[in-house]
Amino acid sequence: MLTRRGTGLTIVKGSNATAPRILRLSGDADRPMPLRKREGYISRRGEMPAGFAWYLLIGQSGEPDGPAVAAESAAIFLPEEFAHLGDGDVVRIAEGRGGISVLFQKAARHNSFLLTERCNNYCLMCSQPPRNVDDSWIYDDIMAAIPLVDTGTPEIGFTGGEPTLLGERLGKLVHQCKSYLPRTGLHVLTNGRAFVDANFARGFADIGHRDLMFGIPVYSDLSEVHDYVVQADGAFDETIRGILNLKRFGVMVEIRVVVHKQTYDRLPDLARFIARNLTFVDQVVFMGLEMTGFTKANLEDLWIDPVAYQPQLVEAVSYLERSRVKVSVYNHQLCITDKRLWPYAKRSISDWKNEYMPECEGCAVRQECAGFFSSARLRYSAHIRPMQAVPERA
Amino acid sequence: MSRFKPLADYQSPLGNGYQLLPFRFTALDGDRYVLSNMTGEYHVASRPTVEQLTKHQLPPSSDQYRSLKSKHFLLDDDSNVAIDLLALKVRTKLERLSNFTGLHLFVVTLRCEHSCPYCQVSRQNDDKSDFDMTPEVADKALDLVFRSPSPNIKIEFQGGEPMLNFPMIQHIVEGALARNAVAKRNLGFVIATNLAVVTDEILAYCEKHFIHISTSLDGPADLHNRNRPRPGGDSHQRAVLGIKRVRDVLGRDQVSAVMTTTAASLERVRDIIDEYIALDFHGIFLRPLSPYGFAVKTKWFAAYDRSSWLKFYFDGLDYIIELNKRGVRFTEFLASTILSKMLTPFQPGFVDLMSPAVIGLGALVYNYDGSVYASDESRMLAEMGDQTFRLGTVDDAYEELLLSDKLLDPLEQSFAASAPMCSTCAFEPYCGADPVYHHAMQRDFVGHKPTSDFCHRNMAIFRGLISRMEADPEIRQIFLTWANR
Repeated sequence: MLTRRGTGLTIVKGSNATAPRILRLSGDADRPMPLRKREGYISRRGEMPAGFAWYLLIGQSGEPDGPAVAAESAAIFLPEEFAHLGDGDVVRIAEGRGGISVLFQKAARHNSFLLTERCNNYCLMCSQPPRNVDDSWIYDDIMAAIPLVDTGTPEIGFTGGEPTLLGERLGKLVHQCKSYLPRTGLHVLTNGRAFVDANFARGFADIGHRDLMFGIPVYSDLSEVHDYVVQADGAFDETIRGILNLKRFGVMVEIRVVVHKQTYDRLPDLARFIARNLTFVDQVVFMGLEMTGFTKANLEDLWIDPVAYQPQLVEAVSYLERSRVKVSVYNHQLCITDKRLWPYAKRSISDWKNEYMPECEGCAVRQECAGFFSSARLRYSAHIRPMQAVPERA
Repeated sequence: MSRFKPLADYQSPLGNGYQLLPFRFTALDGDRYVLSNMTGEYHVASRPTVEQLTKHQLPPSSDQYRSLKSKHFLLDDDSNVAIDLLALKVRTKLERLSNFTGLHLFVVTLRCEHSCPYCQVSRQNDDKSDFDMTPEVADKALDLVFRSPSPNIKIEFQGGEPMLNFPMIQHIVEGALARNAVAKRNLGFVIATNLAVVTDEILAYCEKHFIHISTSLDGPADLHNRNRPRPGGDSHQRAVLGIKRVRDVLGRDQVSAVMTTTAASLERVRDIIDEYIALDFHGIFLRPLSPYGFAVKTKWFAAYDRSSWLKFYFDGLDYIIELNKRGVRFTEFLASTILSKMLTPFQPGFVDLMSPAVIGLGALVYNYDGSVYASDESRMLAEMGDQTFRLGTVDDAYEELLLSDKLLDPLEQSFAASAPMCSTCAFEPYCGADPVYHHAMQRDFVGHKPTSDFCHRNMAIFRGLISRMEADPEIRQIFLTWANR
């Protein structure tokens, strides 16, 4: 697991430093001078080429007096865990508490921006438990970060909490992506309830982002079961109406289904419900459980060995496939996934929390396998084993 | 105390009872009933379950309750989004209507070099140019075609054998393309032909203008040639060679074939299907004779009864299902159309099973002589002397043709959702209205359904398809693929 944030770090500021909060990083000591003023330099041996706004001194001991920092610059001392930082990464530095957090990693497969920790659902298996705090300041940081993201990035995500709680500001963030990252796909994870307001939904169509998709969870074909899983009465109706509104205005929607003990037995019914009622969604994704956040608190109500629900998952995927709805399976290890599902299985786990288990040693399909969330050490299938090379054809 | 509430808390509104959403039910077999809602979603349940449901006594904890809620047969206090979803699905099913007429048939000649005894269009011998369409008629007909607001326009050339008047096909194709340069519709062409007189020049023209070929193939050579005599007795040989030539020039999927069942076909369904497989077709449309034209005069239509045809059909269907289970992807197209209505939110545009009826709304026929008919069967009837469905001529205004009582009366009267016996039938969402057939057989647009072969045949097929899906999950999977073809 890659370290993405730190606090209590030592910061040294020059007398005249502006020290921006949000900055792009470079490890290039020959970086053109005009760029350096807004960038942070990744210093691995304590060197500090002149002109950068920030110096990120990795593995250097932060002595109170510190190194001499130029008047216009500032420096932050980072432990070795931050050695993964590289060219084009974007970080936020909170001077007050000596904090740093990585907002964007250029080399990563997936990059998501957390827009808020607040949420109006309270899902049993939430991996990012909501906090009722005023974190509206995050908006300004993300607005500042988006123009710094590499324009060759294939896709970025917005996540939360519940991003739509930002209201009109979410639209401004989407617009910022359209303006500054015109070739980058934008995937927004939301419970979709806010789109029950058709005008709110239409607003996102009107932005005209070329590649915008909302990932919206539907956990059951039965309202009471969905509402139970998300712990919010009436959520099912709002979410379904929200999906209808988005699609009415031509916005792309992905349906996300986390598979666990409360949802697995009706997966085929849910697939039929989607094919019949929401056949116009752009894709459906069945996802394995992430063993973090509330999942830990509700483990006995949620955990089922994925081996046990393969028949239901196969039937659901097959139903959608035959109904010509695009379908994928995320976060499932190949060795415990029915062979018929392999064509749908994706390497879906963000690199920074993607791991493999000791049992995976010597596995022939590891490169194709989603692997595990790092949190999976808490509990994972008893059937994990290395696969032999797959005989494609008899 | 947990921060999380138990499932029971979210289930409590279910204790307040439920409302029934509109649905119909019809006996399937023995104790079982088929329930269907207005958008064609169906559920099979036992008689006691239907009674419990209608008496509002179905326990929310039962699997039946959950299925019926999920399929929008009932509404409880926990959720009412079903209303929005049902409305959306009804709009989707009826969407095609708002487009108005998409299929336009041009009978470019009634001449044919075949002499099929079952000919339903009453062809003429191939030396009489009196039965050819003139350029004046074609131009006026084309003007009418482009009055239709449909974004999709398909022009189908019919006969006789339309290739005997190929210059008229070219005239119409070019006239349509010229008009479409302005009208900008999604325009397609089909020639319904026996392929016996096809030439390299015709194929080159079809390739240039993306013209699809629909041909007739009744089965193996002996059966086909017996059904479809022509000078030389080589109809089958010419059809098979023609299919290959079309594929060579236009592409593998640019030719489709239809079969017609005669008394001689009844024992041969496997041979017929095998012939289609041998010729690399992906499916077959098992089709009975219709009561029009020479088929009536020669008594070929009356040569077998409805139960013989149904036995033929189900023998064929079961054989095709077996093939699919063995990994051969092959579809029976009548079943596929009905299954689309049963298993998807969409409404296939199949002319025999639509309500409101397809006449006028779905198709218009421009006859060689300038008459305009409400459907292909309408002009078949007219050749027998019955002009009931002749809407007018190409000299009439579009509005007069489409708003004439000759069209509106049969449309309104035959509308299945309000027709006696149909309106309460659980199979109505899958069925259609066929005022031309019922007028021909029973002298009535609506028809007397207990004695209607149309009703009897379709009910048997609906029941046959549902029973097979209910009995075998593997068949259900195969059918789902057919439904979404």
